[in-house]
Amino acid sequence: MPEGILCNKQPVTTRKQLHAVLADKSGKKYYKEMGELDVDVPALRTTLEKTCKSRIRTWLEVCANCGMCADSCFFYLANDKDPKQVPSYKIKATLGKLVKKKGKVDNAFMQMAMDTAYSKCTCCNRCALYCPFGIDIGVMFSYLRGLLFSQGFVPWEMKIGSGMHRVYNAQMDVTSEDWVDTCQWMEEEYEEEWPGLEIPIDKKDADIIYTVNAREPKIYPEDLGDAAILFHVAGENWTVPSVGWEETSLAMFAGDWEGCKKQVQSVYGAMERLNPKKMVVTECGHAYRATVIEGPYWAGIETGKTPIESFHYVEWLAEALREGKLKIDPAKKIKEPVTYQDSCNYVRSAGLGEAGREILSYIAEDFREMKPCREHNFCCGGGGGLNGIGRYRQQRNAGLKVKRDQIQATGASLVISPCHNCWDAIRDMEEIYKIGIRWSFLKPLIISMLDIDSNIKP
Amino acid sequence: MYEIVSGPLALGSFLIFFIGIFARIALYMKGLDWKLDRVTYSVNRWYGVKGALRSVLVWLIPFGTSGWRRNAGFMTTTFVFHICLLGAPLFIKGHVYLFQERWGVALWAIPDSVADVLTIGMILSAIILLLRRISLPEVRILTTPHNFLVLLISVAPFVTGFLARIQAGGYDFWLIAHIISGEIMLVAIPFTKLSHFILFFLSRAQIGMDFGIKRGGMKNNGMPW
Repeated sequence: MPEGILCNKQPVTTRKQLHAVLADKSGKKYYKEMGELDVDVPALRTTLEKTCKSRIRTWLEVCANCGMCADSCFFYLANDKDPKQVPSYKIKATLGKLVKKKGKVDNAFMQMAMDTAYSKCTCCNRCALYCPFGIDIGVMFSYLRGLLFSQGFVPWEMKIGSGMHRVYNAQMDVTSEDWVDTCQWMEEEYEEEWPGLEIPIDKKDADIIYTVNAREPKIYPEDLGDAAILFHVAGENWTVPSVGWEETSLAMFAGDWEGCKKQVQSVYGAMERLNPKKMVVTECGHAYRATVIEGPYWAGIETGKTPIESFHYVEWLAEALREGKLKIDPAKKIKEPVTYQDSCNYVRSAGLGEAGREILSYIAEDFREMKPCREHNFCCGGGGGLNGIGRYRQQRNAGLKVKRDQIQATGASLVISPCHNCWDAIRDMEEIYKIGIRWSFLKPLIISMLDIDSNIKP
Repeated sequence: MYEIVSGPLALGSFLIFFIGIFARIALYMKGLDWKLDRVTYSVNRWYGVKGALRSVLVWLIPFGTSGWRRNAGFMTTTFVFHICLLGAPLFIKGHVYLFQERWGVALWAIPDSVADVLTIGMILSAIILLLRRISLPEVRILTTPHNFLVLLISVAPFVTGFLARIQAGGYDFWLIAHIISGEIMLVAIPFTKLSHFILFFLSRAQIGMDFGIKRGGMKNNGMPW
């Protein structure tokens, strides 16, 4: 059974393997090896028998082929209503066939299934809202990704992402030492301007344990500084864990369920070790979904809840503004037309639409909703890991058109996006389509309009 | 012939229908798995029940969901189709008489004129669904022979029943054809896409529980379908 050196059925678990895959620029050798990769049919059949149960089998069987899911999908709309982009068609041609054939498929089929699962569905779950039978094709594509991962048919970047989580407990090569160093660096950087500002590490019994996206320490450390400023101004008793600080899960996008479990257990471990009252997660959609919504299930927690209550950043911010912990200077409110991008992962998967509106009501004078919005909002176009996969850049860029048109229709010049994935997609959209918008996370905007008491004034 | 189709064949069809339906329910429930489905069905039960009820009910109301509102034409056809499909066989005089005679079950009978409206409504909506299936590219690409077959199975008892009623050349023939086609439908329900007769409710309840328990239902007022 041929297995490549880089592309194979084994997940990346060591730094050496990880560096080898990373060294293969753009995955050239990796994808070449994929062309030779055998399908382990008995293993696939066994996995299907064990894990494809009545919910998914019923969805596949009962679909009335009515086509109502078609225009719920932004890929369908962005690709001139190409019938091959109808969600039901996409899942039947992949998972549907796989189940029907009891796993007896070949390499070409698996590559087609991978291309479909990663470049034609971002697992945004929007179609589930429009199917009369409640069929959630996003859930099925996520399940399919798990099957593909187990057979080694996973995009190069996702193999790396899963490996990062398994090796570093983070989506990027950020060690605990790197993380702690970054926290200390940010504290030093900001404490002069904000006397008394701290980034407390591993403080026990704090009110809040704050967890982040590894991109923040790695690429945008000022985001961590911004979080520290806002916690400081709000007078919160907070901490960050030295281990278990990473909320994201590229393993979830990859379909590496074992990696997912390992990742969330590191965060839950920090909760148990430090005994905080609640957790607040940075401005990231999939991170919240992975660790707070799906994570307890991967970890086998029977209540389906994280060991302590967990909140997305928008929930904490809405509460801080509501309770007056953070005050906005009315003169500094956003005057220009502004719109708000609901991240699928915390709107459809966690029901947090209202928190964003409440925040906007405090900070914006001319807030304009996208249509549709909240639970019915379209994916930014780069969700489900798609932003990061070079092989599907063209498909991603085409898909961005729906969000572009939604934003343009509002007439807004600023888009607020409390999600790294959406933020990236909107940045790339502006770069490609040049519609003249700016985009921002909430933290820097809030800091720029704070009404600060003189005792903590910078 | 009449005795056979309306006697043992009818009994057999009803048995297969009822046993089949119960088996589908039992198998569906047995296959639910909180870890695989990632929904704590039994732990957060009341959130689940609330989510399930909402999820089923809003889709049973015309214009009750965003999906229906966006597809008003299809929605109307679907509702007419299903109301006629369920209403006519239960309340047509001839059937009500049979239910009373065979099982001692008394149902309210509708006048013949209403029965005609239901029958014609069913046939017309089936034709519209057929035309929609053939003409819309996004529906055509999904269509398989199975879709045509279940539509044929569903409409056949209505066409044959109507022909028997208007006594179009040979009442006995159309009556027997009507009974047989009805029996085919009963038998087909558990084994074909017609199983959505019951699986619609189970599948909708499941997704309602999913959203009600896990995906936001414990933090807001529930999914605005």
